[in-house]
Amino acid sequence: MNGPQDIGGMQGFGPIPIEADEPLFHAAWERRALGLTVAMGASGMWNIDTSRHARESLPPAEYYASSYYEIWTKGVERLVTRLGLVSEAELKAGAALEAPAPIKRVLKASEVEAALKRGSPTDREPSQSARFQVGDAVTTRVMNPVGHTRLPRYARGKSGVVEMVHGAHVFPDTNAHGDGEQPQWLYNVRFSGRELWGEEADADLIVSIDAWESYLEPA
Amino acid sequence: MDHHDHHHHHDHGHAHDHGSELSPMDLRVRALESILVEKGYVDPAAIDAIVETYETRVGPRNGARVVARAWSDPTFREWLLRDATAAIASLGFTGRQGEHMVAVENARDEHHMVVCTLCSCYPWTVLGLPPVWYKSAPYRSRAVIDPRGVLAEFGVTLPETTRIRVWDSTAEIRYLVVPMRPEGTDGWSEEALADLVTRDSMIGTGLVLEPGNVAGRGASS
Repeated sequence: MNGPQDIGGMQGFGPIPIEADEPLFHAAWERRALGLTVAMGASGMWNIDTSRHARESLPPAEYYASSYYEIWTKGVERLVTRLGLVSEAELKAGAALEAPAPIKRVLKASEVEAALKRGSPTDREPSQSARFQVGDAVTTRVMNPVGHTRLPRYARGKSGVVEMVHGAHVFPDTNAHGDGEQPQWLYNVRFSGRELWGEEADADLIVSIDAWESYLEPA
Repeated sequence: MDHHDHHHHHDHGHAHDHGSELSPMDLRVRALESILVEKGYVDPAAIDAIVETYETRVGPRNGARVVARAWSDPTFREWLLRDATAAIASLGFTGRQGEHMVAVENARDEHHMVVCTLCSCYPWTVLGLPPVWYKSAPYRSRAVIDPRGVLAEFGVTLPETTRIRVWDSTAEIRYLVVPMRPEGTDGWSEEALADLVTRDSMIGTGLVLEPGNVAGRGASS
């Protein structure tokens, strides 16, 4: 979706907030927000694409006014209420008021190290051969899906060159919405700065994105 | 702090005299955690273990070891550039937000910089959790359109002849920049070399430290 998360090329956000000796967390609650987001992510009740989509579905004004871990927290709140794990009344009360709903798994402390070391690889056995090879000229589709996508607006309808073939990976556009992993070939595609931004861009600039096969057409 | 309320309680280690010291977000996250724990969805000890992992074990020193090895061992360097996931795993760094790695190597005529314009994708296994600036709208929005301006804010000026390549992490591939090995480090141990490798040099918004700026290090240390 053309949501508030898709900000590549936007202007006016001001200087970059660079901090010397930046702490890992800026408030104690940020630790808990990180931990509970990762722990709930291991519940098997949603995947990373669902989770990203929940965050980017925040209304734009709210998204931009929220800090990073605030967005994460609001994302988890949206997911647990949508799935019926927690009610709005419970969030309001700050306490459990209803019996728990069934959950696929609960990550135990003793399992954390192994789970983090394992991660969640997204590569899958391809069901067909790759349509493109390194060096192929491609054009990204012009598309404005209302659901989740990982093709940023600044790179739609642009001509580039396949730089890498990453193998087949889970397709976020379907996986975010319960429509299955539907793996597709994933490519790194490079664009010239001028193709993306016009004649005033740095003549040598190259910007690359990772793009699933259905985002691309032969140029 | 200037206390206006002389009746505040000294026995509260956390007491402030401006009402509750808990911010709205503190209250909100506490509420969410207690609901999830009460309902049995989350083990609070698992939250502790997750936080502890990134506070104490997984951080940019991992990435610095990868870079130092690549600088020292041509076979490892070649492996890293060909199959970063496997090469990095051989040093024990695997898992969440580093499942699929690609290493890109800086050269005199080419400088790499990594961003995630759509969220905050970052190679946790080798760099730990991302800093606030990496996740911020100013960096995410401008890195792809004005990387030289972004670098200037970090105090980095590259020669006009150095091409900039920006990698926008739009999938689950995570990019690690291998910075250039500085002159004057011949014969340095991997450990000494790793001390030159800053976090930002592996994102591409910084350069490595110059050997003269690292105290007490030298040849074959």
